[in-house]
Amino acid sequence: MTQLLAVDNLSKRFGGFVALDGISISVNPGERIGLIGPNGSGKSTLVNCICGTLQNEAGSVRFDGHLIDGTTAHQRTRRGLARTFQLPRPFASLTLADNMRIPLLYTVAARSAGRAAGDIEARCVDLLREVGLDGKANRLPRELTQVEMRKLELARAMAAEPKLLIADESMAGLTHSEVEEILTLLQRLNGQGVTIILIEHIMRAVMSFSQRLIVLVSGRKIADGDPNEVVRDPEVERAYLGQ
Amino acid sequence: MRTDLFFLICLVVGGAVFAAAIALGNDYYFFAGYVVLQYVVLSTAWNILGGYCGYVNFGSAAFFALGAYSTVAMHKLAPVPIPVLVVIGGLVSGVVGFGMGYLTLRLRGAFFAIATLALAVVLQTLIVNWDFVGGSRGAYIVRPEAIAPFGSYIKYLFLIMMLLAVGAITVARLIERSRLGYGFATIRDDELAAEACGVPTLTLKLIATTISGGLMGMAGAPFPYYIGFLQPSSAFGLDYAVNSIAMPLIGGTTSWVGPLIGAILLGSLQQIATVTISSAVNLLIVGFLLVGFVIVAPNGIVGLVDAYVRRRVGQVGRRHVKADAPKPTPGHAP
Repeated sequence: MTQLLAVDNLSKRFGGFVALDGISISVNPGERIGLIGPNGSGKSTLVNCICGTLQNEAGSVRFDGHLIDGTTAHQRTRRGLARTFQLPRPFASLTLADNMRIPLLYTVAARSAGRAAGDIEARCVDLLREVGLDGKANRLPRELTQVEMRKLELARAMAAEPKLLIADESMAGLTHSEVEEILTLLQRLNGQGVTIILIEHIMRAVMSFSQRLIVLVSGRKIADGDPNEVVRDPEVERAYLGQ
Repeated sequence: MRTDLFFLICLVVGGAVFAAAIALGNDYYFFAGYVVLQYVVLSTAWNILGGYCGYVNFGSAAFFALGAYSTVAMHKLAPVPIPVLVVIGGLVSGVVGFGMGYLTLRLRGAFFAIATLALAVVLQTLIVNWDFVGGSRGAYIVRPEAIAPFGSYIKYLFLIMMLLAVGAITVARLIERSRLGYGFATIRDDELAAEACGVPTLTLKLIATTISGGLMGMAGAPFPYYIGFLQPSSAFGLDYAVNSIAMPLIGGTTSWVGPLIGAILLGSLQQIATVTISSAVNLLIVGFLLVGFVIVAPNGIVGLVDAYVRRRVGQVGRRHVKADAPKPTPGHAP
């Protein structure tokens, strides 16, 4: 099977600090992958390097058969690589519907050489309905609750019609039932054919969602495999619980 | 409302204002109106970069002066009609705007603002030392007394500035309601998130600096004919930099209406103060009003109205999704 994402020997430094040290990851289409690691292990840096927010110094990133090193974040989004942010970053001055409209205008329409205005309007409403925010289409993001903000973030990423979605701590700070809501959303999205990498600290969510688990510690990959086996890996236990 | 219809309405309103000024039978109204309209263009141009994209430009006077000095240069090289000079001034300032955008692509916030201020200082120094356009001595442009069919030349200049104002407002409104306008808004709100949504932020910033600079240059092109004697201190005047920021801030920066309201309000007040008190109090008025608005209405007059509407209706936004939006068509699933 052709890999959707192939990260090969990726390295990134911030001055003298090695954030990523020769990371290699491969992701197949349709997979649900969990990415975990203690704070400062390099998870967000890896996401930023994959998505083009940061440029890697060594190694390569190949997405959907194309080498995407050196391309900008918006070019990668247009190729089908979407992400959510650890802290929701909505467009504060735009309504929820307009927040949806941005990826539709700049990614989907650009990809499909222009989509009719009516289609975009319909898709905005549809996306908000999918995450249960259709009643608030004309509200501003500041009027949303924490879980609604997370849903908005996910819906906006979905609006880009991605092949791969990287959800960076989409459940942080949510209650048990809210975590379930987000998980259901992600599973439904995966059911529609979107490959998902879930970065999360809530182990219950990661374990129930992931088909494969990758563990990063100090910028290195220390485990990659079946979630139940990975969490019993002595090195992973050591990284999380100490000696 | 369609853009061509909006443009037509603006032209009709502009024509009515022109006719009213003629009916008043005093050329002073044309002199004062020209300045107000000039500020409508300048503040609208500033708002395309500062309001829509959130990039504060302190160098408005430099773009304005570039337009004015292009006219002086062309006057010496090959005199051409003012509409052509307006195009040339717009092109020159647009190119410089593009250059400024390119050099400051990675700057944001205070750093970008300081860079634009530095640009103004550099350009003023260049003009002061460029003898061909008068240097520090200044340059005289003797305008004809009359021009057919308008009669006095100031009426002609007023009409040109009126057309420029109509054009600038139409362009601003067109941008606001287009894909470009949405892109600009995302740059203002969060560039990182914008890139993640597929918005080519760097390209859009270049477009904004070019359009904004070009319009400012267009506003400056007829200025030498208006003032008669152009010197660096008048072309690079603090008034232009301060007013083109203050007017959109007072009117509201998120819509084309804001700069228009701000320019008419503040520009008219300044003209009244000039003839009733002194021109020296102009910037004082701006200062007081700006402080007042920052405290009472930080989002300007348009923001005040928006807040009122939100209280009454309970909803707000740049645009509203139609309640009867069509059902999704097949093939849209991600």
